Amino acid sequence: MENLATLVEQARAAIAAAADAQALDLIRVQYLGKKGEVTQLLKGLGKLSPEERPKAGDEINKAKDTLLDELTARKTNLDQAQLAAKLAAEKIDVTLPGRGQSIGGLHPVTKTIQRIEDFFASIGFSVAEGPEIEDDYHNFEALNIPSHHPARAMHDTFYFNANTVLRTHTSPVQVRTMESQQPPIRIVCPGRVYRCDSDQTHSPMFHQVEGLLVDKNISFADLKGILEQFLKAFFEDDVRVRFRPSYFPFTEPSIEVDIDRGDGKWLEVLGCGMVHPKVFEASGIDPEEYTGFAFGMGVERLAMLRYGVNDLRLFFDNDLRFLDQLR
Amino acid sequence: MKFSEQWLREWVNPSITTEQLESLLSLAGLEVDGIEKAAGEFTGVIVGEIVNAEPHPNADKLQVCTVNNGIELTQVVCGASNARAGLKTAFAQVGAVLPGDFKIKKAKLRQVESFGMLCAEDELGISDDHGGIMELPADAPVGADLREYLNLNDAIIEVDLTPNRSDCLSVAGLAREVGVLTQTPVVEKEVAAAPITSDLTFAVSLQNPDACPRYLGRVISGVNTQAKTPLWMVERLRRSGVRAIDPIVDVTNYVLMELGQPMHAFDLAKLSGGIQVRLATQDESLQLLDGSEVKLNADTLVIADQEKALAMAGIMGGEQSKVSDSTQDIFLECAYFDPISIAGRARSYGLHTDSSHRYERGVDFNLQAKAMEYATNLLLEIVGGQAGPVVEAVEASALPVRNDVILRPERLNQMLAMEMPADKVEDILTRLGLQLSIEANGAWRAKVPSYRFDISIEPDLIEEVARVYGYDNLPVKSPTMALGIEAKPEAIKPVRLVRQSLISRGYQEAITFSFIEPNLSALFDPENTPVALANPISAELSVMRTTLLAGLAKTVQYNQNRQQSRVRLFEVGQCFIQQNDEIAQDPMLAVIATGSRQPEGWTGKTESIDFFDLKGDLEALLDDAGILNDCQFEPAEHSALHPGQTAKIVRAGETVGYIGALHPQVQKELSLKGSVFAFEIKLSAVQAGKVAHFQQLSKYPEVRRDLAFIVDESTPVAHMMAAAKDCAGEWLQELRLFDVYQGKGVEEQRKSVALGLTWQHASRTLNDEEINSLVDQIVCTLQDRFGASLRS
Repeated sequence: MENLATLVEQARAAIAAAADAQALDLIRVQYLGKKGEVTQLLKGLGKLSPEERPKAGDEINKAKDTLLDELTARKTNLDQAQLAAKLAAEKIDVTLPGRGQSIGGLHPVTKTIQRIEDFFASIGFSVAEGPEIEDDYHNFEALNIPSHHPARAMHDTFYFNANTVLRTHTSPVQVRTMESQQPPIRIVCPGRVYRCDSDQTHSPMFHQVEGLLVDKNISFADLKGILEQFLKAFFEDDVRVRFRPSYFPFTEPSIEVDIDRGDGKWLEVLGCGMVHPKVFEASGIDPEEYTGFAFGMGVERLAMLRYGVNDLRLFFDNDLRFLDQLR
Repeated sequence: MKFSEQWLREWVNPSITTEQLESLLSLAGLEVDGIEKAAGEFTGVIVGEIVNAEPHPNADKLQVCTVNNGIELTQVVCGASNARAGLKTAFAQVGAVLPGDFKIKKAKLRQVESFGMLCAEDELGISDDHGGIMELPADAPVGADLREYLNLNDAIIEVDLTPNRSDCLSVAGLAREVGVLTQTPVVEKEVAAAPITSDLTFAVSLQNPDACPRYLGRVISGVNTQAKTPLWMVERLRRSGVRAIDPIVDVTNYVLMELGQPMHAFDLAKLSGGIQVRLATQDESLQLLDGSEVKLNADTLVIADQEKALAMAGIMGGEQSKVSDSTQDIFLECAYFDPISIAGRARSYGLHTDSSHRYERGVDFNLQAKAMEYATNLLLEIVGGQAGPVVEAVEASALPVRNDVILRPERLNQMLAMEMPADKVEDILTRLGLQLSIEANGAWRAKVPSYRFDISIEPDLIEEVARVYGYDNLPVKSPTMALGIEAKPEAIKPVRLVRQSLISRGYQEAITFSFIEPNLSALFDPENTPVALANPISAELSVMRTTLLAGLAKTVQYNQNRQQSRVRLFEVGQCFIQQNDEIAQDPMLAVIATGSRQPEGWTGKTESIDFFDLKGDLEALLDDAGILNDCQFEPAEHSALHPGQTAKIVRAGETVGYIGALHPQVQKELSLKGSVFAFEIKLSAVQAGKVAHFQQLSKYPEVRRDLAFIVDESTPVAHMMAAAKDCAGEWLQELRLFDVYQGKGVEEQRKSVALGLTWQHASRTLNDEEINSLVDQIVCTLQDRFGASLRS
């Protein structure tokens, strides 16, 4: 039995030296296989005396277990090394940019309209739209702007013929809504509007969002409350808001709203007022029973203030460099 | 309207600063557009008199002047050609500081000493005039401080009045408003009747009393047209933005600015017979004061004599009858014209005057007599002469009627959401000139003054109370409302999700003008005649678009010209198509793309997009709406698209859009680089989908068969797939096209089309015989209809 220890030593050396799983398997067969050297020793136990047999058997089995453990440990080592080598070989430059489609963006006018819609949707307003080529009645007459009215001069209207115009504001949509629906009415009407005027601060086409709230008991205080909250929400800032008397034929009283964003300068941002009884009457709503307010805001103007754009014309050049900045 | 603050303060003088006055006016609805000083900041400038002027010994353009400052004579070198002995002018002495902190020091100009400077108006910030040194009146007191003498410590305030407030288009009207707002008494001008020293009159007849219900005329004979307009009047007119012309015109302008009543003076010698206020005859000609010759329309009111039109009523006088140097007797006109009869007329001749501006908006119809006397007094003072009696033609029944307006306290309080004290309401309305009485039910009855054209209904009074009380002082609240939930049709995809899908696919939204060039319209859509604007802003923006593609293609061009080679855009917007008497205004969606399929990168060569990239994006939109299988793409023709690469999109038998490559001819016209692909589709088509409906999932295995067919290369694959689907039975779950091949192994002009079919049964496993029989059916059908053979 004295060569058992030598045998184990030899085997251990061979295991430690094995370079891969295959070599390790050969070592296992050499020592622990059916005809392996340790297996042979076990088979030779029969030649020993019954007194010697248990001790010798015990020693050989221990040696066998030791070698098995060593083999397993070495196998694990080799596997790990192989995996590590594989992983090392698969290393990539993760700083390289990804592959695939670019992302586009909304036009800043659309983005601004969507923000405005969302604020008003959150307090129960719905969105209404209408035609851009309008008849004189809906654009003017029904809004208490008869043909001789001096306010028509302020509108710089594009005409197709005496009775057909490009709408000069989104207010006709409130008329169309009131014609088809009884109060309560809560709508915002975004869209393109047109004025026959073009320079750095005027575009022949621009966008407005009109709003209308009609119900019983709506007051001037409600108008002030909603618009003040809207402006603070839109600018995400506690802007100072000022309400100033103005004149629109379709509202009475009429108001212009200015904001001060902290620099002490008042900037006009929207027009509004309590709906004029004649507008209600033209659309079949009883002005004694219902009151309401309407407001209108220039989308480009709000977008310019919000995003710091200094030239109105940029919105319609559609220069990708501009659009990309504001998407 | 511009006015002098001093002039206003002569009428009403509250203890507030100019800045407070500005904010007061703006917050009362009389928006202040700007305030400028009547003169720049300067000190040490006096009235000086040039007693001697001699040529400078060393300079042709300079003079050496001896100037009297009231105490002594000083030598001043001056370059102005109007410097002359006897002239009184603005003299900045040594030590004076002119605008811009320009200090006047002793100087030597070409070896001649100069002690001070003679000033032009622009050098003192009075006007832009640099035509010479100031020419002060002969009676100007030598040595007086110029600021005091000319009352230059004044502000010029410009208000931008809304069209309803014609009552404020005068110093008197603004004073009334300021009086109400500051609770300060207003000093009304007492106007005494002018002494009548002549019995000369000139007859007046109203032929159109609805348009002109009141006309006052007066003859003033023996006027001195050589007289000078007094400096104070010239200055006040200047500060009102009115240039002094001659004393008679200046007086009428002065009365216009102070009282708000337009007036006109005619040379009596040029009039024949009598005045008629009548409508023009069509194409009657009239030479206006500004020298222009107009052909009048029959809707224009004129002031005429027995023979001819003399003036455009309420708008502008005539050249022929105007007051000139040779005028001896004048006929002074002061009338009320109905706003509707004047409205729009000036504009129709391209005119806009101080007079038309006021008449269109409404002039106080009870003001004429007072204005006539006021103007007469001023004229007698300045140009002398003898005033005759006033001839008044009036049609009382045609004058405006002011109905009383009722204001209910409960309505006022409801609208303003507060209890407005009754004494406050009464104070405000009374100060505004309304006469109040109380009705049995407690409401106020208000008599409206003749100068208020904007008060006729209850909300007008509510506005007046709110305005004077101050909008900012009124309460603020959040409305409380009954909550209600509005049903939103799930089958309709919101347009913002359509936009978002396109953005995720790399498209940038554009917004182009709705009006385009007629040529561009013809290039993209020759079949539709576009709707044309009657008054376009320019030829480039003169017809309404019938397709979004034109604007998008121009946008591609714009960006390609700025070195952007990869352009992917979409737009959502209305297009306008004339259909018989109606104009269809359908919202459309269009996409245009050119350049590489993906942004330039490191992963491989950049390939240009092709038809199928764009079609894939369109199919994704349709699929997202759940309607891809309801749409067919069929080869089609479109004027702007490549004839071999164009499909129409058909849904339920209706053509809803087109997709294709831009026609090479169109590309060439617009100088577009690279291949450009586009589609345009009705927005409703990509929105209208359906609500999903669940079907039980099968637990049984799927069976897939792949079949490759050889067909003629012209065979539309979509037709083959439709045919295969038709005979693949109800268990078919999916039909996929997984290969289209031409080349080695396939005959010339033939192609291989490989279809993958997947079947599954809801409640059992399908067996081979069943599948084989379906496959046989498909093979037979495709063979019959397309001559397809299975590829071996």
